[in-house]
Amino acid sequence: MLKIKEYVKAESLAQAYELNQKQANRIIGGMLWMKMGNVKIHTAIDLSGLGLDTVEEREDEFVIGCMVTLRQLEVDDRLATLGSGILRESVKNIVGVQFRNLATVGGSLAGRFGFSDVLTALLALDTEVELYRGGRIPLAKFAAEGAGSDILVRVFVKKDDRRCVYLSHRNTKTDFPVLTIAVSSGKNGIKVAAGARPQRAILVTEDESLKEICAPDIYNGRAGKEAIEIYAAQLASKIPTGSNMRASAAYRSHLAGVLIRRGLTALNESGKEERGMKDAD
Amino acid sequence: MQISITLNGRKITEDVTPKLLLIDWLRAHGCYSVKRGCETSNCGLCTVFMEDKPVLSCSVLAVRADGKRIETLEGLKEEAEEFGAFIAGQGAEQCGFCNPGMIMNAIALFRENPEPTEEEIKEYLAGNLCRCSGYEGQLRGIQEFLSYKKGGGAQ
Amino acid sequence: MKTVGKPVVKKDAMALVTGQPVYTDDIAPRDCLIVKVLRSPHANAFVKRVIKERALKVPGIEAVYTWEDVPAKRFTMAGQTYPEPSPYDRLILDRHVRFVGDAVAIVAGADEMCVDQALEVLKVEYEVLPAVLDFRKAKDHEVLVHPEEDWRALCQVGADNRRNLCASGGMHKGDVDKVLADCDVVVTNSYHVQAAQQTMMETFRTFCFLDTYGRLNVVSSTQIVFHVRRILSNALGIPKSKIRAVKPRIGGGFGAKQTAVSEVYPAFVTWMTKKPAKMVFSREETQTASSPRHEMEVSVRIGADKTGKIRAIDVHTLSNTGAYGEHGPTTVGLSGTKSISLYGGLEAHRFTYDVVYTNKMSAGAYRGYGATQGIYAVECAVNELAGKLSLDPVELRLHNMVREGQVMPAYYGETNTSCALDRCLLRVKDMIGWEEKYPCKEIGNGKVRSVGVAMGMQSSGIPGVDVGSATVRLNEDGIYTLLIGAADMGTGCDTILAQMAAECLECSVDSVIVSGADTDTSPYDSGSYASSTTYVTGKAVEKACEKLIQQIKKRACQMLSCGSEELSFDGYQARNLNTKETVTLEEIGTAAMCGNNVALQVTETHSSPVSPPPFMAGAVEIELDRETGQVDIVDYAAVIDCGTVVNPNLARVQAEGGIAQGIGMALYEQVQYTEDGKLLNNSLMQYKIPSRLDVGKLRIEFESSFEPSGPFGAKSIGEIVINTPAPALTHAIYNATGIWFKELPVTSEKIAMALVK
Repeated sequence: MLKIKEYVKAESLAQAYELNQKQANRIIGGMLWMKMGNVKIHTAIDLSGLGLDTVEEREDEFVIGCMVTLRQLEVDDRLATLGSGILRESVKNIVGVQFRNLATVGGSLAGRFGFSDVLTALLALDTEVELYRGGRIPLAKFAAEGAGSDILVRVFVKKDDRRCVYLSHRNTKTDFPVLTIAVSSGKNGIKVAAGARPQRAILVTEDESLKEICAPDIYNGRAGKEAIEIYAAQLASKIPTGSNMRASAAYRSHLAGVLIRRGLTALNESGKEERGMKDAD
Repeated sequence: MQISITLNGRKITEDVTPKLLLIDWLRAHGCYSVKRGCETSNCGLCTVFMEDKPVLSCSVLAVRADGKRIETLEGLKEEAEEFGAFIAGQGAEQCGFCNPGMIMNAIALFRENPEPTEEEIKEYLAGNLCRCSGYEGQLRGIQEFLSYKKGGGAQ
Repeated sequence: MKTVGKPVVKKDAMALVTGQPVYTDDIAPRDCLIVKVLRSPHANAFVKRVIKERALKVPGIEAVYTWEDVPAKRFTMAGQTYPEPSPYDRLILDRHVRFVGDAVAIVAGADEMCVDQALEVLKVEYEVLPAVLDFRKAKDHEVLVHPEEDWRALCQVGADNRRNLCASGGMHKGDVDKVLADCDVVVTNSYHVQAAQQTMMETFRTFCFLDTYGRLNVVSSTQIVFHVRRILSNALGIPKSKIRAVKPRIGGGFGAKQTAVSEVYPAFVTWMTKKPAKMVFSREETQTASSPRHEMEVSVRIGADKTGKIRAIDVHTLSNTGAYGEHGPTTVGLSGTKSISLYGGLEAHRFTYDVVYTNKMSAGAYRGYGATQGIYAVECAVNELAGKLSLDPVELRLHNMVREGQVMPAYYGETNTSCALDRCLLRVKDMIGWEEKYPCKEIGNGKVRSVGVAMGMQSSGIPGVDVGSATVRLNEDGIYTLLIGAADMGTGCDTILAQMAAECLECSVDSVIVSGADTDTSPYDSGSYASSTTYVTGKAVEKACEKLIQQIKKRACQMLSCGSEELSFDGYQARNLNTKETVTLEEIGTAAMCGNNVALQVTETHSSPVSPPPFMAGAVEIELDRETGQVDIVDYAAVIDCGTVVNPNLARVQAEGGIAQGIGMALYEQVQYTEDGKLLNNSLMQYKIPSRLDVGKLRIEFESSFEPSGPFGAKSIGEIVINTPAPALTHAIYNATGIWFKELPVTSEKIAMALVK
């Protein structure tokens, strides 16, 4: 049961940061996951009064405030242009609309939950997070290290040419994922993020030999079925998996191979389509 | 601490403890339509509108609703009756315990998307669990309601 | 018929859809003491000491009770007719705690906050004992779940607490071993069904208070008010006349509330403190300390000759009743009687069983009540048999299914008086497109579409045991009041029984007020379970109405000064056929209140010596992903013979709801324990019931037979509907993969990993 002694709606990030230095104090995002734990909080710090609930589009990037809800990610038309609409795809299975109207991007990332769909999807994009003190750092670094007593303020996602596919397997449609896979393909290569392993999402990188051949082929829609299979198997083999109530490690590893292959195949197909369109022009 | 909430159009100002959940505050204020079916934000029974958006009142601190407008089914009587009659017309209300949450969320859906497809209905209401109906009767009721609305509200 | 057979809207519908405060927790007094229970973290332990002092010092705490404070006489929480087949193996609080979640102490206080605080500081010293968790090893295990001397079984159910046996027994006809040895093809398999949870949306809850006369009033979300009265009388050691049990609207039951799961705790608190008290189970408590389905391992041997004539069925069931025996001896019976009896003309059959105690959560009653487990096993075996015989499974069933007029030796020797199972199966075959789709079709990308089929049956009440009663009264404005003791748990029995009354009385359903389930005012009813309400209580309504009409006519004759042969009554007015003079029903009702000696109120009781089974056929089309193991339901077609359909809307929704529950149980409702016996699926986050994205398309039709012993030809519908999904889905999965899965749930992981091998 969640226990809260004091509640402060922060008037500035400085104040929130100050309060957050105490071990017993916590920043509450949407408060959904936090509420389910057996947590005793002295002071709950609320960032909802700081205007951090908006999505801003800049020339080369999107700036997503930490208090933006998962539902906002889902319905924002501008974000739909990002990575083939990967953000909507990644959050739409999370419990229900009422839940997603509360759960925040900041909470989802800062919690660094193993099951986080959002973390998986954002890792496959060119994403950075801004910490109040620590400044801008790559999301992968943040995912590995966490915020400590710092505050995750904003998320920056680069606009680029990458195409993405988001795939997850769930025992029921709105359950936590058994495995999440986000695959992106751009001029700078392929990125594969895997989450719910069941540990938190990681980026996996391929061997150099394959990277040089396969990634451009997939981007251009020229990869063959066999090449994709080899490539997928290699990437999947780099994903450490474990067992929990929802599935065994062996099943997750099996799924990783299947989902990555399907993701790469879909990217290859979209590469083909784009090439077709270009040729037609 | 002191909070002010506009509940179903009426402003209420009072002192609450920080850990009080909105659902408990609402039930204490006579909004018995708001039900609790779980402790893990999964069932959707406690759905209310906060600033017109459907949210799980079990997962909102009452203090966070300070300064906000909250609506429950008690405040949407006419809409509830109009739409609810279609659920009843299918016998799909069954035990009725999940109905207020489902009807709140369905109303949110209709406001956001007046002509949803079957897929859109299912997706929007996926967070509203029901153990009695198997959902099909609810779907039939919703679709009949939508065609009734499309026909200008005349049956 | 004017009202029976019509899709009448439920009487309580508008109150429910507008969110009126009609459930237990909505109407509880504001000043109730809050009651919570401290639960054991151990699967088997003795409570050495409970250190109460700090808890009692928490401001607002009214009382802390432990095993030392409660009566020492054992009882059962099972809602069954006395003498209950379930053993008397419980105390309100026992020094010996037998599963993780068993009650150790009761805490009552002014509000939730202080009670939670007291629970936190309540310290218990346990002597932890070894536990028996594997039900396959429980019989004659050295660890005894109920070693106590005062354990007792009221009925001869083959129980022996010194052997961890809650029940054992069997029945047979002919020499099953001999016939099987002579069969051309025999299928032998064991099937495992998990302890699936009812997961009604409203958790268990009860509030109690003392009334003007010092009697204990119990308002509870229950299916069984009269049994609750007896259970509390046994538990508290007070006379039944001191107790009144009432049921408001119930947020779902499915059998869970056929056990008095929550009642004893607030009842004890109110009785001790004389103050109102309320207990609302959390979802976690509801998942971990309640009354789920009995886990069963059902072993089947089924033999046929090469033409496809099924000659013998042998069923052995091992059932896990958990720490206490609620419904243990009775659920197991249905796993044999309701599965073997699907097939007529067997040369021999045998059914044997053991029901064992273990240190897991106690089981209870869940829609289907053992039939679900047995039918799953036998129907899977029949499907496998069809494969071995190279026969279409639909054809095999058409050759062998039980037919109308046949005697059913495994079904108490009853005659199958009404049965449209053949029509159900033929219709479902058409609905699903069996001819084109069986067994499967590749659709590319590793995906395949396949179909599966199964049949099911249930009962209509417990023959010779269940009692239904109805009181019908004419009021002065020509409106009737129908008093019943059956519990409407959302299924709509208030409305269905009113429809029957309206049909008899030739009035509108709106002219019948229904008042339900109060032990002080309702006529006796066993309660709403065993698919009994429509069939048993419905007949009582019919009988009562017929009698009331005679009484109305009698009073009308007095008013119109004529003999009964000169009088006509059309439901609205009575007419003297000679004088053409009339009196309206309203006038008769009013006249009943002045100088009247003719009671315009009738109570009738009904019990049936037989239990005519409803029948059903279900067929499913799935899309299965051979790589991920994902199963999506494309279409579920079901055709049901519940006799006359009293209310087609409500019957359809019963069917759709039951099928959805069956789908959940078949595919993903998991029951996972730690090695120490702690249940992990303790929330709606970890126990996944189907959402509306998971159930696919459900299509229901009815093929009605006419049951002569039922009201208007009706049988039952409530339970049968959960019985076909597990075997039909297992069949479809086999048709897509070539693999028979014999353990529920058949998860995507099991499918994918079996295919990888």
